[in-house]
Amino acid sequence: MGLGKDLLGAQTGSDLGRSRSIWSVLHLDPILLFLLAILVGGGLFVLYSGADRNIEVVKAQGIRLAVAFGVMLVFAQLDPAVFRRWSPWLYVLGLVGLVAVLLVGVGAKGAQRWLAIPGLPRFQPSELMKLVVPMMAAWYLSRYFLPPTFGRVIVGLFIVLLPMFLIVQQPDLGTSLLVGMAGIFVVFFAGMSWKLIAAFFGLVSVSAPLMWFFVMRDYQKQRVLTLLDPQSDPLGAGWNIIQSKTAIGSGGMDGKGWLQGTQSHLEFLPESHTDFIVAVLAEEFGFVGMMLLMAVYFLIIVRCLYIAVSAQDSYARLLAGALTMTFFIYIFVNVGMVSGLLPVVGVPLPLISYGGTSGVTLMAAFGVLMSIHTHRRMITA
Amino acid sequence: MAWGEFKDTAAERRLFQRRALVMLLFVMLLMTGLLARMYQLQVVEHDIYTTLSDKNRVQVQSVPPPRGLVYDRNGELMAENRPVFSLTIVPERAAPIDDTLARLGRILEIEDEDLKRFRKRLNEPRRPFQEIPLFYDLGESDIAKMAVHRHEFPGVEVSAELVRYYPHSDLTAHALGFVGRINREELNRIDPVNYAGTNYIGKSGIERFYEEVLHGRVGYQHVETNARGRILRVLERENPVPGEDLELHLDLRLQRKAHELLEGRRGAIVAIEPATGGILALASVPGFDTNKFVTGISVADYRELSESIDKPLFNRALRGQYPPGSTIKPMMAVAALDSGVTTRDRKIWDPGYYQLREGGRRYRDWKRSGHGWVDLKDSVAQSCDVYFYDVAVEMGVDTMHKYLSAFGFGEDATLDVSGALSGLLPSDDWKRAMRNERWYPGDSVNMGIGQGFFLATPLQLATATALVANRGEWVEPRLLKDIRGDRTADEFLPAETHNPLVLKDPENWEYVVDTMEEVMHGAKGTARRAARGANYRMAGKTGTAQVFSLGQDEEYDAEEIRERLRDHALFVGFAPADDPKIAVAIIVENGGGGSSVAAPVARGLFDAWLEEFPAAEAEKMLGQVNQTGSEH
Repeated sequence: MGLGKDLLGAQTGSDLGRSRSIWSVLHLDPILLFLLAILVGGGLFVLYSGADRNIEVVKAQGIRLAVAFGVMLVFAQLDPAVFRRWSPWLYVLGLVGLVAVLLVGVGAKGAQRWLAIPGLPRFQPSELMKLVVPMMAAWYLSRYFLPPTFGRVIVGLFIVLLPMFLIVQQPDLGTSLLVGMAGIFVVFFAGMSWKLIAAFFGLVSVSAPLMWFFVMRDYQKQRVLTLLDPQSDPLGAGWNIIQSKTAIGSGGMDGKGWLQGTQSHLEFLPESHTDFIVAVLAEEFGFVGMMLLMAVYFLIIVRCLYIAVSAQDSYARLLAGALTMTFFIYIFVNVGMVSGLLPVVGVPLPLISYGGTSGVTLMAAFGVLMSIHTHRRMITA
Repeated sequence: MAWGEFKDTAAERRLFQRRALVMLLFVMLLMTGLLARMYQLQVVEHDIYTTLSDKNRVQVQSVPPPRGLVYDRNGELMAENRPVFSLTIVPERAAPIDDTLARLGRILEIEDEDLKRFRKRLNEPRRPFQEIPLFYDLGESDIAKMAVHRHEFPGVEVSAELVRYYPHSDLTAHALGFVGRINREELNRIDPVNYAGTNYIGKSGIERFYEEVLHGRVGYQHVETNARGRILRVLERENPVPGEDLELHLDLRLQRKAHELLEGRRGAIVAIEPATGGILALASVPGFDTNKFVTGISVADYRELSESIDKPLFNRALRGQYPPGSTIKPMMAVAALDSGVTTRDRKIWDPGYYQLREGGRRYRDWKRSGHGWVDLKDSVAQSCDVYFYDVAVEMGVDTMHKYLSAFGFGEDATLDVSGALSGLLPSDDWKRAMRNERWYPGDSVNMGIGQGFFLATPLQLATATALVANRGEWVEPRLLKDIRGDRTADEFLPAETHNPLVLKDPENWEYVVDTMEEVMHGAKGTARRAARGANYRMAGKTGTAQVFSLGQDEEYDAEEIRERLRDHALFVGFAPADDPKIAVAIIVENGGGGSSVAAPVARGLFDAWLEEFPAAEAEKMLGQVNQTGSEH
């Protein structure tokens, strides 16, 4: 075991030999668990306000989070070697699911995102890919010496781009970007050279206009245009951004107080308990509340990166790093979009926004991280 | 390939640590960026957004359409819209609410009833920042007071609303109906979107029947309001589509005349234009002030109206079911002639009574001494009962029912008169079902002179009379004449459903009309005094209906009982006899004889319709011509 072990009072690994604590029996990481509990607990309070005091919404979310916790518990029990073995099969299964969604999927508002298989709850294969794509990329790249050669980077990127392309067809730009990010972080952590990274960004900036003209749908373009000038369409697409900025801005330093937000409660703010819930938090708890939220998120990310760094093999490291960064991207994109920095792409605020499978996916990812951390074998350096 | 075997694991670990450090810095950078953005919005630009949040709110408001107006046939306005001012409070802005109410109470007089209603609404679940009315219909002095003190009462608003107003309220109450606040039951029935801003709905009469046409379509506006909820500007507006204006067949002058003629009595008058079926007058006296009902009548006022023994709320013209008495005789004459039971030449001996068989019960004629030898024409003209007893028994109930049905008795034959009752046209089946008894010849005797079980409304009598005036041609009574809009009246009038009453010998129509002319102009005609000196020929029939029972267990003093036991006076008729322009049915409750009380009323209406009004119009035209002439 290396240095920096005491970064966040890590004890699990070295304690294994002495006494098997309750945490190691359950394969849970107490620090991560504590931080997640703070986030989820506080989130329910914000949700109660955002949902206009509808206790039913809070109850439903509580049940969903309990299910997500169960999923995390299950994932934490599985050895990382199992994940590694399953990676290619899960990837193939995920691709089949995505194709099936395009062929026979069900959905709402002009988008096909769900698969309704009799006997199973409805689910979004695209949501699953947020875990499976980094697993597959990590599986592929960790088979060889790191850093990867140019050819392997290209193959790695192809592994990422194929599901992205399928998800964009649904259409679901937000999820597609998150899946892509998760995979690309794997390639980055694997040690893709900086020259290639620069070239990659060059390619993105060239392909962006191509995407604009050939891939993006009108409503997606509208969102981007709206971001550039929200005032241009104050009653249409710009409405959300103007209202959420007003809610955030009127919160001030210490906010209007819990349940006291006028913007969100007057139904000016749409989706106040789903994607735009951070505006409720910002209005009612102010800048202080936002700093606290960011602090909790930051500590979670630091703990997860620590887990990644202290992982024992490349597969686990790459996967842990990528999952951590995906979590961060959620936060960044959601807060960025609600505060008017990024276009509105329908990404929830992790573990606080109401609904969706994203909570389950995120908790599954934390389960994987905990598994990586608690299944380290005793190797004395 | 086995994992880790030939790899430089230490180098890979170092590579990953470097990359993780880069990512940590990346995360810190972006999170700082997010917090900087928040700082910018929440601290630097806080004032801007507070202003936006508190002072300028964009709201979507529904704009209720103005209700269509209703005119009479001469373009006289009968139902219009007036702005009414009400005081509303937005509790969130008027906090503390008790203090606001107390201070308001020092300026305005607030009734306990209004306060109670307001507090009830305050405690019901509602959307925040929704205004709650404190009271409706502010007086001008109250509006002025509020204008002066407006700045002291944030969240308190005086808002205007267009409310129905009936300028000729008493005259039109029963014909037009009225609107009132939408109640719970109606709320379930109406389209919530289209009625989003509408508070009133047609409750009766034309207002109810043509609700869809009169209402129009709701509009929307996006408005920017300040912290007090006052509208600063309209950002975007989709105008409502106003309700369409209606023109009725009703003639306000004739309606007024009808009310004047029945002044001080209880009764009903229905006048129909035979050519069109248009209802020219539909009067039920006494009337009442419909305007009181629009914004909500007070309990005391309502009690006074509903408990009055004159029953002003009761629409006698449509819902009053009376024994038609002798007014039925012209229709009976048609039935008797066409069914072959009698002929124009047949005469019978009237000794003053009628017996079904020798020594049996005597059915009296109204004239004790009898009419002697009479034919059908004499029997109608002098209202001889015995002749009709005889033909009624001859015809039997089935034949009578068949013919009287063809005249529209026993059904609501109107097209757009809501609330009209169908009276009671008895039949054998009816009696077996309702009374569990067979039809006796004695029942036919009674039915022959419009007594017994037989009940008809004034509107039905006018309809049947119009059919005689039209010589069998059906025109269902209707109120709507025209729609002042893109659409025609025909689109909204229900389809006509009656076949003409074709007689085997069409000449019999003229004969029956002749008998009715004889009533008015004959030497022995029962209404000859009412027709004296007329410049035109009229046809009519008087009637006197016995009042069998007193209504309910109300306590009247002896004099009143005597008054209210008196017979109802009836009259039906049309004029001019050869080219009918107007057909009427009149009932004066407890008026006594039809010839002395009801017939003069008809004469008054005929004179007004055929002579007074055309003369007044001609004079007006002449005046205009003279005026324009002198200008040249």
